[in-house]
Amino acid sequence: MKAVATTALALFGGAVWANPQPDQLNLTKGVTTWSGEPYFLNNVAFGVCVVIGIVVFGAMFISMFKFRKSRGAVAEKWTHNTKLEALWTGVPIIILIVLAKLATTGLVSFADTTGSEMTIKVTGYQWKWRYDYVDYQGKAVEKVGFMSKLDGRSDRTRQLGSGMDPGKVTVDGYNTYLLDVDHPLVLPINTKVRFVITGADVIHSWWVPALGWKMDAIPGVINSAWTNIKEPGVYRGQCAELCGQDHGFMPIVVKAVPKAEFEQWLATQQDEAKLLKASQTAQTAPAPKGQG
Amino acid sequence: MAHAAHDQHDLHDHEHHGPPKNFIERWVFSTNHKDIGTLYLVFALTMFFIGGSFAMVIRAELFKPGLQLVQPYFFNEMTTLHALVMIFGAIMPAFVGLANWMIPLMVGAPDMALPRMNNLSFWLMPFAFCVLLSTLFMPGGGPAGGWTMYPPLSLQGESIAYTVFAVHLMGISSIMGAINIIATILNMRAPGMDLLKMPVFVWSWLITAFLLIAVMPVLAGAVTMLLTDKYFGTNFFNAAGGGDPVLYQHIFWFFGHPEVYIMILPAFGIVSEIIPTFARKPIFGYKAMVFAIASIAFLSFIVWAHHMFAVGLPMGAEIFFMYATMLIAVPTGVKVFNWVTTMWGGSMTFETPMLFSIAFVILFTIGGFSGLMLALAPADFQYHDTYFVVAHFHYVLVTGAAFAIIAAAYYWIPKWSGNMYNETWGKIHFWSSVISVNVLFFPQHFLGLAGMPRRIPDYNVAFANFNMISSIGGFWFGASQLIFLGVVIHTVFFAKKKSPDRSWEGAKGLEWTVPSPAPFHTFAVPPVINDDELAHGHVDH
Amino acid sequence: MGHQQDDVYYVPKNSYWPIVAAIAMFTTVYGAAHWLNAQPGEAGFGKGMFWTGVVLVLGMFFGWFRSVIHESRAGSYNAQVDRSFRMGMLWFIFSEVMFFGAFFGALFYARIFSVPWLGGEGHGVLTHQFLWSTYSAAWGASGGGGPAAVGGAFQTIPAWGLPLVNTLILLSSGVTITIAHHALRGGRRGQLLLFLGLTVLLGSLFLYCQSHEYMEAYQNFNLTLHSGVYGATFFMLTGFHGMHVTLGTIMLAIIWLRCAKGHFTRDHHFGFEAVAWYWHFVDVVWLALFMFVYVL
Ligand code: HEA
Ligand code: HEA
Ligand code: CUA
Ligand SMILES: [Cu+2]
Repeated sequence: MKAVATTALALFGGAVWANPQPDQLNLTKGVTTWSGEPYFLNNVAFGVCVVIGIVVFGAMFISMFKFRKSRGAVAEKWTHNTKLEALWTGVPIIILIVLAKLATTGLVSFADTTGSEMTIKVTGYQWKWRYDYVDYQGKAVEKVGFMSKLDGRSDRTRQLGSGMDPGKVTVDGYNTYLLDVDHPLVLPINTKVRFVITGADVIHSWWVPALGWKMDAIPGVINSAWTNIKEPGVYRGQCAELCGQDHGFMPIVVKAVPKAEFEQWLATQQDEAKLLKASQTAQTAPAPKGQG
Repeated sequence: MAHAAHDQHDLHDHEHHGPPKNFIERWVFSTNHKDIGTLYLVFALTMFFIGGSFAMVIRAELFKPGLQLVQPYFFNEMTTLHALVMIFGAIMPAFVGLANWMIPLMVGAPDMALPRMNNLSFWLMPFAFCVLLSTLFMPGGGPAGGWTMYPPLSLQGESIAYTVFAVHLMGISSIMGAINIIATILNMRAPGMDLLKMPVFVWSWLITAFLLIAVMPVLAGAVTMLLTDKYFGTNFFNAAGGGDPVLYQHIFWFFGHPEVYIMILPAFGIVSEIIPTFARKPIFGYKAMVFAIASIAFLSFIVWAHHMFAVGLPMGAEIFFMYATMLIAVPTGVKVFNWVTTMWGGSMTFETPMLFSIAFVILFTIGGFSGLMLALAPADFQYHDTYFVVAHFHYVLVTGAAFAIIAAAYYWIPKWSGNMYNETWGKIHFWSSVISVNVLFFPQHFLGLAGMPRRIPDYNVAFANFNMISSIGGFWFGASQLIFLGVVIHTVFFAKKKSPDRSWEGAKGLEWTVPSPAPFHTFAVPPVINDDELAHGHVDH
Repeated sequence: MGHQQDDVYYVPKNSYWPIVAAIAMFTTVYGAAHWLNAQPGEAGFGKGMFWTGVVLVLGMFFGWFRSVIHESRAGSYNAQVDRSFRMGMLWFIFSEVMFFGAFFGALFYARIFSVPWLGGEGHGVLTHQFLWSTYSAAWGASGGGGPAAVGGAFQTIPAWGLPLVNTLILLSSGVTITIAHHALRGGRRGQLLLFLGLTVLLGSLFLYCQSHEYMEAYQNFNLTLHSGVYGATFFMLTGFHGMHVTLGTIMLAIIWLRCAKGHFTRDHHFGFEAVAWYWHFVDVVWLALFMFVYVL
């Protein structure tokens, strides 16, 4: 059952290019209420640069063809032109003001974590992530938290000289080499989720491109960010701050599911946690959960 | 002469003496700006090849998915040392070498203002890199926390002490070099060489020198705090003790951002010399050019946190740093437009220095464009720490700074060696480099946008194709630089074709009034300045 | 004193001092790095190498300056060279200002941002809530050790005791050196030697008080380098300043000897002025320190 669900989700995710595609040329549009902002800004800024580029490089190429000595061009003597200089100081300023306006809007909406319906605490470790479910719909969540690290297949394949083919590490036809974990972070869709992010040892950075942002996980400091995923799916990302030798091997997987499914999942997790706690007090032998 | 007891006669006799015969006497004890300039340039080229070999290791490992060649830790060492060697060992010393050679010639000074300190500035560099690179051979390994050395990561392992001290030595060297350049420009100009008659290259270096003096000590302070946090129990970067890891990043980038302009302003100066020469038309808007450099330098002090958009700054700070960063596009744009307009209406020829300069203008601008995109904070939440950033800074550093240095080498090597380089091979070097460098770095934009983080030794199969293309471009670009090495060696030692004093038809400025090769001592008596000889003899239009 | 020509620039002859300096500095730092990494009880070459380097550096300074003094006395330096030296010294001092700037920056950041944030103010609400909820931020003894009270409870040095005395000492040393300078310019040798000597004494007195303060801090106040970010900024700022005072005092002492030997003339005494500038710089840094480290 689980496999079928992930297949469907993975395919759907692929359809909107939420995860890296071979030969992908542009940023992903992402799958959240906010992730369109960087995408849009990226496209506008890129367009502006292309236009300016065409003008500037065009003028250069024209002058390289028109004013060559071999074509008998004789150098002119003028060395300044106040009107032109004012023009090419002024026009960029106007363009920049427009860009700044757009970017500021994006920043302001990103900074607003109010009205979130759930909180996840993310902790970066060398070299795995820990997720703790802090609260959901205003209620504290009891002891749901687990480590999330690189999946075994990728891990075996990535060893120096393993002789294994990274191309073969796939989940449902999608190559997940270095982009898969043992325990994904499960989130409900259409819910404003607040992340509180920190690091345990060195600085990491939590990044899932489909969510539209990354945020550093700094030891001793909490950073916050939020997301509101619109589409169910499996979204993959990676640690984005150099954190030591296995920095390239601590991926992030977010599994976004409909609310009802999420609530069911959360309930099972809470029950499991309680059971575990009971058995622990019975045996007084600590057996950290989800460490595999 | 060097052995002669020092007395007044010595002073008057300078121009009749050649360099000392004894090798050590000449190269190790030197006080001659040309010899020290040569030392700097040779050192920089050597380091460029060492740093380049590290880059080749990186590109080879990234050739295809899966780890084939090196362990992840070694990969990180390569990334870190590649950057440190290229920045502090190749680009900066190359610019200082050019300053040493050309500034006294351009302002009509007999030498640098403080010649013995000049020698020390140079000789600290090889030792600094011995300290740094020796860590590669130690059991604990070399620095592997990135050239930015962010704590707490950089405090893991034993190499940090060596790295910090190497940075101290480089810093002392740079500060002394900068002081020397300022004193030379402000105090040693020949009578009549007014500030506003100076070549743009000299202006660009004057301003760069101020940047250096202002920020190298700050870097020294930052790494000193790393050292004490690691070995003496301070808590600057430890939140439990009231500090903050982000504090390091603020201090580092207060240095780091001006640092990137330290690596581009002299390049602007070089290109502003070369384009007018081969367009046979004075530079357009001389004063605007100088003013633009000064504005860029000023702005560079208030934009540092654009490297930190993802560290969780308060929103007001993000907005401030975003706006300030975007502003830099304005003066930089003025420069680009002025270069283009200098070419417009000129009478152009396309010798190798000109080709590299034209490539500089186009490719640097592309790097500037991606810089502007990075400056938009919400978009940078996506770009940050991906190959998009790597593409950005290699466009401004390799096709920017390094291309300008190569252009300068072609432009002035006739003056240095007295020989003309081989134009055919120069052009082959150019075309091979300019094509391969784009094959190398352009696809990295796509990789970054698609989501490939930087500083990783291995990646998902989706990133395979562009990485392979980039690696092929990398090997090709690296190999092309062997042509450059060949051209330089040939020109200096074997070329038959002699250069006239004025090596280029359209070249103006004092440096072209002295013989080629420039004699060991020039301008022992200040030259008489003839405004028509200068590129900017008549600027009061 | 020798003749000077303004139109002929003096290019010093080749010298081996720079390469000696480079080797000496290399030896020092390489030894230091090795020493820092030595395992306890391990007999590495680091310590020995470090001290060899230090001796070399001192020897180098002695030799290099000796030859410069020689040339200066031989009249090799004309007005232009003199200007270059002045610019060199000025911009060197500026670079030192920026070096202190880094540490002042750290101090301000800790006081204005990191410590209050850890205590839950402004931007730090979540940090406080999730990680350090028992920490109440304050600067100085009550919170400067950070949330983990690193280094244990400590007391701070009261500003109006020894630090005030030290401020007065340094301020008066600024006056004495100015009087000495005037005396030099007016050709009053006795007054020059007296006041310059006083300046040296005041410098040494400052250092004495400072070391007394450090001892007090370590032994009675438990204020150490390890006392959180307060201790770090306190000792690094005052420590680097103290090192500069030490250097300045040594330079003043050397200048005193040179004055005694009659090296300087009324209008040709850059060596004296350079040291005086340096001394004023050290003075000004102290004033900033007194304000921001002790008083506020
Ligand atoms: C020589 C070096 C150099 C230069 C010149 C620049 C120039 C610029 N850089 Fe770059 N930068 C680096 C070297 C350099 N940079 C390095 C090394 C890093 C990475 C460090 C690390 O993390 O390791 C970096 C990283 C970096 C970042 C951080 C990215 C990240 O880590 O997330 C940012 C963000 O704002 C940025 C912005 C800019 C901008 C706006 C410019 C501007 O100065 C560009 C201005 C130029 C133009 C815009 C083009 C010409 C202008 C016109 C034709 C006028 C009209 C144009 C418009 C109105 C658009 N740079
Ligand atoms: C001035 C600076 C400068 C220069 C010139 C270069 C030049 C090059 N750089 Fe880089 N680079 C940086 C500054 C610079 N770089 C910085 C600051 C970083 C960030 C580091 C960090 O993240 O901490 C970086 C990081 C960086 C990365 C990312 C690494 C990572 O994130 O893990 C890559 C990957 O492709 C790369 C590649 C290259 C290549 C292929 C060149 C080429 O242009 C080099 C070409 C030169 C040669 C190859 C040498 C000459 C030839 C030979 C030795 C002959 C033998 C070779 C052959 C026959 C093939 N550089
Ligand atoms: Cu964790 Cu990179
Ligand atoms: Cu920058």
